[in-house]
Amino acid sequence: MAEILIKNGFVIDPTRNIDGDVADIAIKDDRIAEQVGSGAKVIDARGKVVMAGGVDVHAHVAGPKVNVGRLMRPEDKLFKSPYAQESYRMESGFSIPSTFKTGYDYARMGYAFVMEAAMPPLHSPHVHEEIHDTPIIDQGALPVFANNWFVLEYLKNQEIENSASYVAWLLAATKGYGIKLVNPGGTAAWAWGLNCLTLNDTVPFFDITPAEIITGLMKTNEYLGLPHSIHIHQNSLGTPGNYGVTLDSLRLAEGMKAKNKFSRDTVMHSTHIQFHSYGGDSWGNFESKAREVMDYVNQQKNITVDLGCVTLDETTTMTADGPFEHHLTRLNHLKWANTDVELETAAGVVPYVYDKDIKVCGIQWAIGLELGLYAKDPMRTFITTDHPNAGPFIRYPRIIKWLMSRDAREETLASFKYSSKVIDATNLHAIETERNLYEIAQMTRAGPAKALGLSHMFGGLAPGMEANVVVYDLNYKDMPSDPEMIERAFSRARWFIKSGDIVVKDGDIASHGNKRTFWVNAKVKENPQVIRDIHEKFLKDYTVGLNNYPVWDSLAPNPYVINIDVEA
Amino acid sequence: MKDKIILNMITQRAIEEGQAMEKGKTTREYFEACSVVEMNPEDMKRIGIWRNTNVRVTSEVGSVIVKAIEPTQFCPPGLAHIRQGVWANQVVPPRTQSTGTPQYSGFPVTIEPAINEKIKTALELVQGAVGLWKGGN
Amino acid sequence: MPKWITQVGCPYCGSSCDDIEVLVSDDGKKILETRNACVIGNEIFHHVSSPDRPKKPRMRQPDGNFKEITYDEAVDYTAKTLLKSKKPLIYGFGSTNCEGMSAVARVAEKAGAVLDNCASICHGPSFLAIFDNGYPSCTLGEVKNRADVVLFWGCNPMHAHPRHTSRYSIFPRGFFTTKGQMQRTIICIDPRETDTAKLANIHLMIKQGHDYDLFDAFRTVLRGHDIPAEVAGIKKDQILEAVEKIKKGRFVMIFFGMGCCHTDGRNHNVDIAISLTRDINSHTKASIMAMRGHYNIAGPGQVWSWQFGFPYCLDLSKGTHAHMNPGETSSVDLAMRDEVDCFMNVGTDAGAHFPIDAIKHLKKRPFITVDPNICMASEISDLHIPVRVVGVEEPGIVYRMDNVPIQFKKVVDGPEGVPSDEELFDRIYERMCELTETEPIWLPSREHAKAPTAAEQ
Repeated sequence: MAEILIKNGFVIDPTRNIDGDVADIAIKDDRIAEQVGSGAKVIDARGKVVMAGGVDVHAHVAGPKVNVGRLMRPEDKLFKSPYAQESYRMESGFSIPSTFKTGYDYARMGYAFVMEAAMPPLHSPHVHEEIHDTPIIDQGALPVFANNWFVLEYLKNQEIENSASYVAWLLAATKGYGIKLVNPGGTAAWAWGLNCLTLNDTVPFFDITPAEIITGLMKTNEYLGLPHSIHIHQNSLGTPGNYGVTLDSLRLAEGMKAKNKFSRDTVMHSTHIQFHSYGGDSWGNFESKAREVMDYVNQQKNITVDLGCVTLDETTTMTADGPFEHHLTRLNHLKWANTDVELETAAGVVPYVYDKDIKVCGIQWAIGLELGLYAKDPMRTFITTDHPNAGPFIRYPRIIKWLMSRDAREETLASFKYSSKVIDATNLHAIETERNLYEIAQMTRAGPAKALGLSHMFGGLAPGMEANVVVYDLNYKDMPSDPEMIERAFSRARWFIKSGDIVVKDGDIASHGNKRTFWVNAKVKENPQVIRDIHEKFLKDYTVGLNNYPVWDSLAPNPYVINIDVEA
Repeated sequence: MKDKIILNMITQRAIEEGQAMEKGKTTREYFEACSVVEMNPEDMKRIGIWRNTNVRVTSEVGSVIVKAIEPTQFCPPGLAHIRQGVWANQVVPPRTQSTGTPQYSGFPVTIEPAINEKIKTALELVQGAVGLWKGGN
Repeated sequence: MPKWITQVGCPYCGSSCDDIEVLVSDDGKKILETRNACVIGNEIFHHVSSPDRPKKPRMRQPDGNFKEITYDEAVDYTAKTLLKSKKPLIYGFGSTNCEGMSAVARVAEKAGAVLDNCASICHGPSFLAIFDNGYPSCTLGEVKNRADVVLFWGCNPMHAHPRHTSRYSIFPRGFFTTKGQMQRTIICIDPRETDTAKLANIHLMIKQGHDYDLFDAFRTVLRGHDIPAEVAGIKKDQILEAVEKIKKGRFVMIFFGMGCCHTDGRNHNVDIAISLTRDINSHTKASIMAMRGHYNIAGPGQVWSWQFGFPYCLDLSKGTHAHMNPGETSSVDLAMRDEVDCFMNVGTDAGAHFPIDAIKHLKKRPFITVDPNICMASEISDLHIPVRVVGVEEPGIVYRMDNVPIQFKKVVDGPEGVPSDEELFDRIYERMCELTETEPIWLPSREHAKAPTAAEQ
């Protein structure tokens, strides 16, 4: 690491309201600098776009269910793996790439930070083993809490303080980043083969409702003042007519105030909102409710969403929403893996083909894009594919293309076998909006960085921030008329500097960089009841020893620990 | 009474084998735990042997001398069991049905009395198979 | 004062018990006593102190005898042999930690080797079935806390996983199974009346090799159709009784073992077992689990899946990408076809556990064993390299049979100068890079970060 000067690029930095100004970006070691000396390495970015490194708020890239997908699907490798780049590790897989390919692919797209979206606490050593083997990118992981026995019991009794003590303990034990909720209560019910489809269904045995779990964890999160808000995969994912449940869940954030020291002003991140914006009451009259959902999101300023766009690929679905995956395998009759995790959560994996010639898939595709186009605040609306659920993350450039080009959308829409039916069930055909590069930078960088409480490090190019700088082959003043060129430019960065290292040059990997694992250490005052509860549950109900549960430091050899002192 | 009998062979784990293996495959314990074939007393009767008699077990790929013992876990007539390990693998067919996994269980063997034959040690069997055995016979 | 170390992991079977207590001598070098371990586990902990353990690599000489050599010489020989081979086979990993499996993968990639593990001759057919049909499973705590109907199909935990039934599957009192064994219906399917079958409420003494037929009968009854008077040697009313118990269960658990994988049908037996599990899920909750044999034999399936996308039988000889095709790229098949020109036996004993014909084929070419102990493979090897014993002298991550990662401690120091698997493979890799004048490919996060010792915990 030394000094680098990226000269004369079109700089796009929403954190400083810079939109295409021609400027230089200076890098000293791992930070953006005001200026550098004459000995700095010069990168000529003339005629090219310069942005901060990308930030992915939600992707399933490391851990047990991702690996079940890899293990279970040799066909995801067959003729779909690129040949290894000289002097780098072999790469494998398409929708569920190997850890090496995951790191390389994100880097090639210019991404600096990726949040693993669901970590089963019992399996956290596995998640960290994979993060360890994923080169270049910085990562964090969100442990799942919304079906955890401790949490359900504390929240049933409205013991926010105990819930917070437990959450703080578990974040430290698993080296986790924040609070993830997946199908609150529903996954706990799945342990008996059941589900919670509305916010008021009672969780079997625990006598608590999804609404109470969501509210309780939101309060817990703000009690602790974590960098990220709660991050929720709502109930009733993927079913026609679920937008009502979605709006009900979002309304739980009304009146909630963010309390933290990370400039985060939101209290709920609702993930892969595409899967939750469905109308109709069957697959026959299935339709888009993107406008209804986004209208609410637009006016409710304390929530963020990510899109979860369907990319029309053969992919692998995987989620801690165990009952949903069972439902899905009953629909498509493909192979099904499931893992119920004692006291904590569950997960399922089912391959899925989003066939453009199936009406429902076409509608799902349109809904994801509609949401991205209806959003009034791109700083609160992030591009994702819920990788690999709605499509692999390597399709982000394609989604950017669709969002930026109505022609590209229309071309895809016209190629559908049932395009007129898709048009009838959605609004996409009528939407003329085209997103610009500034908005794309908000949706892929500045916005997610802020939601994660990392706006001081990621998402922008102000001096003092992490030196994550990407140069794309796009001329801001003369954007290509062919939308394919947009996709191509975002797929393979011309240059990518990650924490001061040149990790990509001309679209190829140039270094293994210097990856870090981010986790949050919230110090709360000692809580004897919670400590006693933890000891008792490990003694009686778990099948691993408490001693062997916390993740060893050696599994995250380059940690970036965010310490929080929680005031009593 | 016949001088030989065809039985269906399985080779699987036994706790005696597991414990002895961890002590070492060249130990007396491993020899005693694994150089045995468990077969139903009725089948022993059919070839006119008592329990604890040495027998020759022959499959499509080879043969091995082991001691016939009464099953420690009940084995019906027609079925024989050699605990997994060196002696079993002298007769296990390496055919895998294109799965990678040999036919460790469910293959026909001929069993005949071999009262005067000696049971070879594990080392003699394995080193002998690859031309490294230097001990006597 | 000797010291008790608690919550120690046991490096024997797939139960991967982590509640062992070990009394360690004052100097931290010798194990004096263990608590909680089964007889086999107990043997392992005591065996590490055996004076017979080799502490130096041994190279076979022209006269057929072994001669002790240095680790540098052993590393050099191995690196050169791997580089010279067109298609080496690196096999085993029944007793290696994940750190070692990760290190060997780098060596295999460099060598253009076939990388395979003991699943190849064990639960490999289960992988084939999972590729086709998935794997609806759970962690063992779910079994303990919820399962009220437990099937043992072609497996005998009382012998192969001695504490499985007391920790997880038959006896323990769990959160929703407060009455323990009293609350569970145990169904055992086995051609012998095994010690597990003796514990069962229902033992179906199946005609050996007819597992598929019986699974099919279960499914047929479950779907409301009639079956013949007898299937696979089992009377119709017995089958109806078993299926009735299953339907009435609140949480049905199916454990299966080598009785399914080692016999005719192989993966098809497991495939239909998975289909049965799917079917039961239409009536009640059901899960299935492979009774994995070793404490970390699920490990290579995990590590290599995230590194290469395949759990076993990985052919890396193309150099550019990984390829897997069991039957073609599986160890025993490769051996029988004389397709590999070097064999490396790591943390297992192919000499004792491969059919002897396969060993005769492999022995035609260089044969190297990496294992802490003297075993059949070591005694026919050209080179035997001893390493530390994982879980006793070397900490590390292991994956239990339910794929739960468990961080195994180290309890005593290994013999002086003896490396871990990971250290050994990293040295071999570095030597290969030196010999080929190439840069080693390290991920920068790798700093040989060391797991804590038991004392530090």
